[in-house]
Amino acid sequence: MNSYRGNTDLRRVLEVRDLCVAYGRRGGGVWRALSGVSFGVNAGEILAVLGESGSGKSTLAAALLRLLPANGRITGGEILLEGADVVRMDAVGLRRVRGSGVSIVFQEPSLALHPTIRVGEQVGEVLRAHGMRGRRERGERAREILAKVFTGDVERIFSSYPHELSGGQQQRVLIAQAIACEPALVVADEPTASLDSPTQREILALFRSLRDALGIAFIFITHNPALLAGFADRVLVLYAGKVAEVGPTRDVLFAPQHPYTQALLKCVPQVEHAGAAGRKLPLPVIAGAPPSLGVLSQGCVFEPRCEERMEMCPVREPAAAMVGAGHEVACLKFPRECG
Amino acid sequence: MEPMIRVENLVKRYAGRGLGRRAAAFTAVDSVSFSILPGSTLALVGESGSGKSSVGLCLACLERLTSGQIWFDGHDVATLAERELRAVRPRLQMVFQDPATSLNPRWTVREIVAEPLLVQGRVANRERGVHAAQVLERVRLGAEYLERRPAELSGGQRQRVAIARALILEPKLLILDEVLSALDCSIQAQIANLLVELQRALGLAYLFITHDLKMAAHLADEIAVMSRGKIVEQGAAEEILRDARHAEMQNLLGATLVEREVIAVVRER
Amino acid sequence: MCFLLRRLGHAAFLLLGVSVLAFAFSTLAPGNYFDEMRLNPQISAERLSALRADYQVDRPMAVRYGRWAVALLHGDLGFSFAYNTPVAPLLWTRARNTLLLTGTATALVWMLALPLGVWSAERRGRPADVALSWATAVLLIVPDLALALGLLVLAVRSGWLPTGGMVSVGFDGFSTGKKIRDVALHLVLPVTVLVASALPVLLRHVRAAVAEALEASFLRAAEGHGISRRRSLYRYALPAAAHPLIALFGFSLGTLLSGSLLVEVVMSWPGLGPFLLEAILARDLYVVIGGVLLSTLFLVAGNFAADLLLYWADPRIREEAPER
Repeated sequence: MNSYRGNTDLRRVLEVRDLCVAYGRRGGGVWRALSGVSFGVNAGEILAVLGESGSGKSTLAAALLRLLPANGRITGGEILLEGADVVRMDAVGLRRVRGSGVSIVFQEPSLALHPTIRVGEQVGEVLRAHGMRGRRERGERAREILAKVFTGDVERIFSSYPHELSGGQQQRVLIAQAIACEPALVVADEPTASLDSPTQREILALFRSLRDALGIAFIFITHNPALLAGFADRVLVLYAGKVAEVGPTRDVLFAPQHPYTQALLKCVPQVEHAGAAGRKLPLPVIAGAPPSLGVLSQGCVFEPRCEERMEMCPVREPAAAMVGAGHEVACLKFPRECG
Repeated sequence: MEPMIRVENLVKRYAGRGLGRRAAAFTAVDSVSFSILPGSTLALVGESGSGKSSVGLCLACLERLTSGQIWFDGHDVATLAERELRAVRPRLQMVFQDPATSLNPRWTVREIVAEPLLVQGRVANRERGVHAAQVLERVRLGAEYLERRPAELSGGQRQRVAIARALILEPKLLILDEVLSALDCSIQAQIANLLVELQRALGLAYLFITHDLKMAAHLADEIAVMSRGKIVEQGAAEEILRDARHAEMQNLLGATLVEREVIAVVRER
Repeated sequence: MCFLLRRLGHAAFLLLGVSVLAFAFSTLAPGNYFDEMRLNPQISAERLSALRADYQVDRPMAVRYGRWAVALLHGDLGFSFAYNTPVAPLLWTRARNTLLLTGTATALVWMLALPLGVWSAERRGRPADVALSWATAVLLIVPDLALALGLLVLAVRSGWLPTGGMVSVGFDGFSTGKKIRDVALHLVLPVTVLVASALPVLLRHVRAAVAEALEASFLRAAEGHGISRRRSLYRYALPAAAHPLIALFGFSLGTLLSGSLLVEVVMSWPGLGPFLLEAILARDLYVVIGGVLLSTLFLVAGNFAADLLLYWADPRIREEAPER
């Protein structure tokens, strides 16, 4: 498939080690949103994080920029962004790195843009926050950036208000804000969730072209596996705050090894077999419901819903094991080799 | 077989507003015609702005048509006054996309589901609770959900509640406006299965409005593709998918082309 | 644009209506200026009826209104019976004094409420915010009258501040600098009372509006872009909170002439309030109507200013297009 093969820069832009994030709950108790998440992103790579509600994917996005809400805490691990640990950064350093080292694109574009400020100015605000003081300079640079994400009349977009733009256009503005200061990494938290299919495709194509032109790495968070083929280089599957499987897109989508990934992919109906025979047959579902993250579980967190359950699964927690080149799975089916 | 509902030349225009017509009049639906047989599903597919939601709203009598007819149960419901519509509404129900905003967050599930009974005024208070519990069972939610509020439910559960509310008046036609789009993959599969099961058990007809061709292909007997207010392709599902001609269809199909390859391979394993 | 024209139309209609009602109620109320005179044995009956004819008191109401309206269009507000001079200059002097007082107070209130409101909205729930809430609650409960009288007592006892009025004796002989200082000193007490009574309510509104704006997603997005907290507060949160605040500001403007009656009377401030009170009691018809109309004009203008501001501040209001 179309993995990025050009100028393969194997420099690590992001290295996450053993990240743990917890939320405090009212009335005591703790909600473990992420437990021991580890992965890395190379320069110019597109990593997709695939997870459903409750998997911790939005928490991961927020944690990478330390944008957690008041009751959320990073309780362990490291986030190394081009060598610097985001977890231990002070407020000044954090503000500097946000937007220029790593930036984020949120899910609901109509809410993430200020309703009464023109779009061009909002892009300019990001520039201003990172040192560009001159107003005219900002305007020019903002137009340049908008030209990278929009085809057609940039001037009209520049002076529009958010409510005058369509959903897809608003999302492009968010992307323009994210790339304004040319960060090494952009985290996109379900950027296409509120858009229709053809627009989704356009936005994905935009990400690819930005990666090709500017060498920006992307972390693309989604719950829809159908978007990933031909788009992401690698896929990381998140379940209940833990990494279930991570590897090249081809391997994870074509030859998934983790029972959860396999079950998830089977849930998606195909267009092809829409003949009378295949139609309206019950789709395979994953039995049960995602676990409550308030209780510390022993053993594998997917075990209650797993069809390939073994004896030791409720007892031992699986560790990541290599099953192919760059392909890791956390499942007791694949015992980890020593070392 | 007699179609359950027949739409002829439906036109919906939104008027221009402001002195001097600062906002132009806008034709959302431009002469659309189709029919749905009892117990079958028609999928109305198109991208946002194609007018499909407007068609759904008109059919559910939540918007007035500009012109055209909707033949349901022997009457043209487009011409009925509000009072007469009251008798028709129970048979034509709608489920919306976002359960977070279509369910009253201050009410319990029981109150939400039983509300249509309250509005129709036919059933006594005590019995409303019983009906509510029964219809919840149909959508596979236990009685323990009756006293919960929407905030305590997951997306899939909320959508089930929305479907239960639509079912309580025993409709013959359900208009489903993007009901799966906001849900996770595996939950979409669950709700899709539920919809198919309900259709078989209750003989419901569905108008399934969506931009997701995969789901439409899976659930629909017939597909109608909309683009800019008009239906550009219409027919039995297999035929449409096999001989996709019009550019719009190509557009939607192309959007799922790559997915096809991948999923097909996974299926085979 | 048509939005503004419509508002202007409403304003004009309102003014007209108020003028009719004010005229009607004043003339319909039993008695008039000359009734007092009848009781005075020194004025003969012929003199009285001559005066009445002069002032056309016995003509039908509609005619009187018509004449008055026409005169109004020429800038003539009528004649005061009590002072025997045209109404307009009388009103104007008094109104000017009131505006000095309320203008200062309003500016001060807003200058205090905005930063304080933003500050406490940021710290909502925390000790500092709770303490401020209690303080404003106390201020809210204390009646203006008690506050005014209390401050007066303080002034008398301590002798630091003048105890009423707008100027000291011998004002006309002061140098300009001394004049300004004198008026400023006299302003302190009444302005304090006005600010103390208006601040709690405004502060709470600002706090609520800003607190709501702080929940917005675009603020989180701004934080994600590395925009400093301070910048995002003033550039993003406050404008988003502007809607209800602009309406309140219009109201503030609107009550510039009418909101300070009590304070003016208690503190002997020579403003419009006490003057109108006097005129009502004396049945000085044209002064009353003139005063009422002037107050209404301010109210209407204040609201219209709010509409203008809103139109300028929120582009969504300028769009009237349906959204589908």
